[in-house]
Amino acid sequence: MSSENLMTLNLKIWRQKNNKEKGEIVDYTIDGISPDASFLEMLDILNEKLIKEGSDPVAYDHDCREGICGMCSLMINGQAHGPEAETTTCQLHMRKYKDGDTIVIEPFRARAFPVLKDLMIDRQAFDDIIAAGGFVNVNTGNPQDANAILVPKENAELAMDAASCIGCAACVASCKNASAMLFVSAKVSQLALLPQGQVEADERVKNMVLKMDELGFGNCTNEAECEASCPKGISISNIARLNRDFLKAAVTSND
Amino acid sequence: MSDIKKLDGKVPAGDIQDKWDNHRFNMKLVNPSNKRKYHVIVVGTGLAGASAAATLSELGYQVSTFCIQDSPRRAHSIAAQGGVNAAKNYPNDGDSVWRLFYDTVKGGDYRSREANVYRLAQVSNNIIDQCAAQGVPFAREYGGTLSNRSFGGAQVSRTFYARGQTGQQLLLGAYSAMMKEVGKGKVKSYTRREMVELVIVNGKARGIITRNVVTGEYEKFSADAVLLCTGGYGNTYFLSSNAMASNGSAAWKAYKKGAMFANPCYTQIHPTCIPQHGDFQSKLTLMSESLRNDGRVWVPKAKADKRAALDIPEEERDYYLEEKYPSFGNLVPRDVAARNAKQQSDLGKGVGSTGVAVYLDFADAIKRDGIESIRAKYGNLFEMYQRITDENPYEVPMRIFPAVHYTMGGLWVDYNLMTTVPGCFALGEANFSDHGANRLGASALMQGLADGYFVIPFTLGNYLAGEDLINQKVDTSAKEFDEALTESEARFTKLLGINGNKSVDSFHRELGVVMWDNVGMARTEESLKTAISKIKDIRADFWKNVKVTGTADGINIELEKANRVADFLELGELMARDALERKESCGGHFRDEYQTEDNEARRVDDEFCHVAAWEFTSVDKEPIRNIEELSFENVALSQRSYK
Repeated sequence: MSSENLMTLNLKIWRQKNNKEKGEIVDYTIDGISPDASFLEMLDILNEKLIKEGSDPVAYDHDCREGICGMCSLMINGQAHGPEAETTTCQLHMRKYKDGDTIVIEPFRARAFPVLKDLMIDRQAFDDIIAAGGFVNVNTGNPQDANAILVPKENAELAMDAASCIGCAACVASCKNASAMLFVSAKVSQLALLPQGQVEADERVKNMVLKMDELGFGNCTNEAECEASCPKGISISNIARLNRDFLKAAVTSND
Repeated sequence: MSDIKKLDGKVPAGDIQDKWDNHRFNMKLVNPSNKRKYHVIVVGTGLAGASAAATLSELGYQVSTFCIQDSPRRAHSIAAQGGVNAAKNYPNDGDSVWRLFYDTVKGGDYRSREANVYRLAQVSNNIIDQCAAQGVPFAREYGGTLSNRSFGGAQVSRTFYARGQTGQQLLLGAYSAMMKEVGKGKVKSYTRREMVELVIVNGKARGIITRNVVTGEYEKFSADAVLLCTGGYGNTYFLSSNAMASNGSAAWKAYKKGAMFANPCYTQIHPTCIPQHGDFQSKLTLMSESLRNDGRVWVPKAKADKRAALDIPEEERDYYLEEKYPSFGNLVPRDVAARNAKQQSDLGKGVGSTGVAVYLDFADAIKRDGIESIRAKYGNLFEMYQRITDENPYEVPMRIFPAVHYTMGGLWVDYNLMTTVPGCFALGEANFSDHGANRLGASALMQGLADGYFVIPFTLGNYLAGEDLINQKVDTSAKEFDEALTESEARFTKLLGINGNKSVDSFHRELGVVMWDNVGMARTEESLKTAISKIKDIRADFWKNVKVTGTADGINIELEKANRVADFLELGELMARDALERKESCGGHFRDEYQTEDNEARRVDDEFCHVAAWEFTSVDKEPIRNIEELSFENVALSQRSYK
């Protein structure tokens, strides 16, 4: 508990009224920030100050503030979710910074994710990709007993690793091609590793990749920036699995 | 007092084991070719909403879903860590539907509706089967079967889990089932929409008004039924483990349109949260209570002992839960663990710089099982703790303190999950029915999915067919929609026009302090009366002095918050009023005046073995307290004991 070391920070924040008007970087200075505050609490304090002055507070997405909902984003000094490895912006704490630091805060940028206002973006494209095939086609009813489907522990663990994706879009924002391959491969892998997902494996991977291309995401050129920025540590080995499965689906297709 | 209504829960006749089966047979069915002629609105896309939307669409209904986040996948169900209960008895340790039912009724301190709880236990096994079929990556044993653990005070291992992210995985399962229907064009998903009014036509719920939070536009949607799956109202306390946007407004709109609000005073204060660290704090973070399986809770024996944890020798530590509850020890139910932590802190034995915390110590578990074993079980939780507090829990004990987590109260619903407004249903945390006065760990996920996958698909059909709604179509040109829209718009315009000098958050924080101090873990007649009067003052001040920046068009987060806080300022008063009238202690509702010699909750069954269902009159008039009598025919009423 080091609440005596309050900091003063210079913030450069992207302000944009809506998705029609152009945006710009605006400078703010903020003082009295405790190292124990979270990054978003620091922005809350800034907003409280802006409201008192009668100015428009900075709009940014956030919800659970526990690093699991995937709502928060932000490029912080050019890094998606800031400098700490495997950490969402909401779990980043100000003790990572020191008095007098300058912090540049911008939205995640990609053609498929238009800016709505300031730091808020529209990630509808991710929902569209899931709707194209990110599921097991089973209706609610009376499926077999859960223990009738045996899953090797190792596969269950790998599937869980892939399923940890929170859909925040850091992977897309960090990729110079704005590719969504890590996101798509995480869902494809989760289901490819489980017996439940086998029946539709070929259709799934084809449909999801087609949808991803259609929505304007770029191609993967193996830069691995996605993996480095992923707050949940999703591995690019999932992309290799997607590529294999996609190739297999394409070769064996009847179309 | 002659106005008091006695509500009928519409519990089917027969033995408890047969009620649901008989009811399913007796309910009316909608002809398969007619289902597509019905439109159902689902508000909220958490476990209850997403599972209901997917299942109803699969059956053939037209479904529209609404959520305030940018995607249905972000609902706060996603943050549940520990697990989901089911009576599978895979570990062969004596579990059964009856035992899950029994434990849940007892855990709820005999204030839930027996028949609902039995049905919940019955369908619990279907939930696990369904989720496994969807590809939810549950934890597995080496032989490939599902793993179970003991959780939250249960003496059998009936909790299924996916690491510490069970809520996330179950929600993504329900979300993917729903998106499958979106892909087929059968569910229409509306995101970044906030329900701002329930529309009632001829006494039935026939639609909603939403505000598009991106454009600021108000939109009208008509339907044959409205399902409120909008979660709980824990954020009335400002600081809670709920997500920032979690709110009580949808339920509150329904309440003001005639849906009764049941047991608002039943709030769950979760024992294992990371303590508050400063005045700027925006929310509290919960850590799974699975930690209590291996962590030992203690405080120093001496008051105001400021030594560091490691400097306090073993014989000067008070392991108060193990001492007081030898058979359950650190695994007592949430309400008991939380209240005891508060008692220790009130005695001046709290730890950390604020003195408002107790230790949760893993040193013995690490010595016994090795650091790797503890890392495998709790690694992600330990990391999260360290990230927030900057302390390493492998080396020093965690500091924990209770925080508001879940609300057992909610919209009153009958056995069919219908509120007192025909056609308006409430599912999941938004209703009140299954957890009584205290919810057991790993039961929230079970209830949300039970309601959505396995209850509403039957009971909704019964309503639609029974009311012959197919011949009573209503569309948004009905005058009731315009009236509701005008009413909502006027409210937002009013909020923008006040232009006072205090921020929305400052009012919310003020309310939170009053709630925590007076309607928190221990309540008294005096504290509750204080709360009611203070909340009225804050509310009056809010409508005079709140400052909402910006305009009604486009994204205006302050305006969204102001609308929700305005509702919390009314809801908080009802919570206090309910707590004041319930002159007993039960589960999460603890009145200092009603305790046993051992400081445990003392129920007053002769007078309060009932549900309080509050009926709205007007904001400044007292609401009417109606009741539903509870009878316990299968689990005998007794004093809970975890000794």
